[in-house]
Amino acid sequence: MERADYERLRWRCIRRALLELDITLTRFLDNGFAQLNDEQQQAFAELADMEDHDLWSLINGQAETDDPRYAPIVALLRKS
Amino acid sequence: MSIPVLKFDAVIVGAGGAGLRSAIQLSEAGLKTAVLSKVFPTRSHTVAAQGGVAASLGNSEEDHWHWHMYDTVKGSDWLGDQDAIEFMVRKANECVVELEHYGMPFDRTDNGKIYQRPFGGHMSNFGEKPVRRSCAAADRTGHAMLHAMYQRNVKANTQFFVEWMALDLIRDSEGHVLGVTAMEMETGQVVIFHTRATIFATGGAGRIFYSSTNAFINTGDGLGMAARAGIPLEDMEFWQFHPTGVAGAGVLITEGVRGEGGILRNSSKERFMERYAPNAKDLASRDVVSRAMTTEINEGRGCGVNKDYVLLDITHLDPNTIMKRLPGIREIGLQFAGVDCIKEPLPVVPTCHYQMGGIPTHYSGRVVVPQNGNPNSIVPGFYAAGECACASVHGANRLGTNSLLDLLVFGKSAGDSAVEDLKAGKAHRELPQDAAEKSLARIAALDNRKGGANVHETRLAMQRTMQNHAGVFRFGDLLKEGVDKILEVEKAARQLEIKDKSMAWNTARTEALEMENLIEVAKATMISAEARKESRGAHVRDDAPDTPEFPNGRNDAEWLKHTLFNPVDNTITYKPVTMQPLTVEPIALKTRSY
Repeated sequence: MERADYERLRWRCIRRALLELDITLTRFLDNGFAQLNDEQQQAFAELADMEDHDLWSLINGQAETDDPRYAPIVALLRKS
Repeated sequence: MSIPVLKFDAVIVGAGGAGLRSAIQLSEAGLKTAVLSKVFPTRSHTVAAQGGVAASLGNSEEDHWHWHMYDTVKGSDWLGDQDAIEFMVRKANECVVELEHYGMPFDRTDNGKIYQRPFGGHMSNFGEKPVRRSCAAADRTGHAMLHAMYQRNVKANTQFFVEWMALDLIRDSEGHVLGVTAMEMETGQVVIFHTRATIFATGGAGRIFYSSTNAFINTGDGLGMAARAGIPLEDMEFWQFHPTGVAGAGVLITEGVRGEGGILRNSSKERFMERYAPNAKDLASRDVVSRAMTTEINEGRGCGVNKDYVLLDITHLDPNTIMKRLPGIREIGLQFAGVDCIKEPLPVVPTCHYQMGGIPTHYSGRVVVPQNGNPNSIVPGFYAAGECACASVHGANRLGTNSLLDLLVFGKSAGDSAVEDLKAGKAHRELPQDAAEKSLARIAALDNRKGGANVHETRLAMQRTMQNHAGVFRFGDLLKEGVDKILEVEKAARQLEIKDKSMAWNTARTEALEMENLIEVAKATMISAEARKESRGAHVRDDAPDTPEFPNGRNDAEWLKHTLFNPVDNTITYKPVTMQPLTVEPIALKTRSY
């Protein structure tokens, strides 16, 4: 990912509406994101584009996704 | 250096509830309106508000704005201005109905009216019994509200500048406000927004504390800009805390956990609430529980390596009950404390939640400062609303669901006042030659400084100082030390260094600029808290205890007054509380008890 694209994504992860996502996404960017391949990084960026309550519901297990591109990333976010 | 100038009738800084509500008034009046936001509007922290919005619609049972007024004055511990409070509660119904017409999907009763539920502190008949006054959209009230108002703004042609950070207020030599400087994050470009009206709706600054339920975005940008422009900050000693935030993270653990049988324990596993509240124990009121937790920690009975938290234990509950009655709690424990609460207790601390003080405003939304003997002299061209403003309706403590009401009523009111002032026909005043100099100098200093302070370390030092010296339960000697310490942190915050010098998406620079705002709020809070030698509402001092002469430690003879912190020389003055409402008799002083 180009520097500007990454930094834009980073800003959109570290300034969320919900504190829960600020913490979870910041932690993941610092510890797990670099290990993802390009396609997985793209999937993460799409998840980060979701509304805060919807994304948090996926991460805390109140909702599920059956999208095969998102499910493994959500699983990593839960463990991050 | 030539800086681009964008001319608008009005600029609104912040696109949460208050900013979006005021923008509707301006754009629908046909005025050219810009809204600046660090994030996409529907990612503002208003999204996190779940409880609802208070309005005495009386849809579920009899209710009256006068009862709502009484509850709000009492909640404020009589520090709220009674004219502003009457104004707010009387506007509540109109604002809620308007929002419904904008498309807000409120929960409904079987007969199609807005459904209302009870909420702590809201009572019928002047404190007699709980009343159903809160209007909600499931548990996503703030989220639904922002969506409805954002769409209304799009329809009204409000111009959004998303992922822009406002830097400084522009004032001329006569003190008129002429707009702001702002930075586009995508390019790093600094631009002047030259306007006839400037409205701050930048939200709270809960990130000054180490433990805060506030999202990272709540860095007090409006307060920082106001302070740098010489505007005093009002009642900054008053912050509402929640007893149970996850230690180290701040994420809220709902009171329902104690309601279901959760027990607070210290390092000896003792159920310490039995000593502080023998009857209610762990279900005592928020302030009693928070104070007890702080006392345990301060007296060395906290847990962990630093002995700086206590434990919330639900391991004795049936796991099925936990999963069924407290959904999401197990995940919060796993995610933010690394603890499975079915097997181990959760580490918790009293956690900052809401800022009652802010930029001093009249209930019309106009910013007011002391000048020539008038404590409420209007700053021409400047308005503020929502959590960044102090109208003051929350006084020393806020009632639940009054925060969403505040941003609706005062967002609208600030917008209406700006429209009224602009329709009076004032042209753009001439920009001073050095309109952007302060902002450019701040950025240049960050870019060029070598051997300066690290942003992350400075923020942490500030947050620890605030938590340890001006937390939920306050001590005279700790506050005194806290003033010295925060002034030391301020020196570091004035000498920040960043490694990344790039223009585009430089998040290090943005965080450094946020830190320069946070420190203004932290300093105002510490110095104001040290100065107020009584207990009132959320400001509770160990050396101002509950006595027959001063029930709850409140001393009206000396301290029934608003604090004004002057950021120019770190001094404090006071101004009277407005006890006279608009049309009714004042709510007379009495002891606040529930």
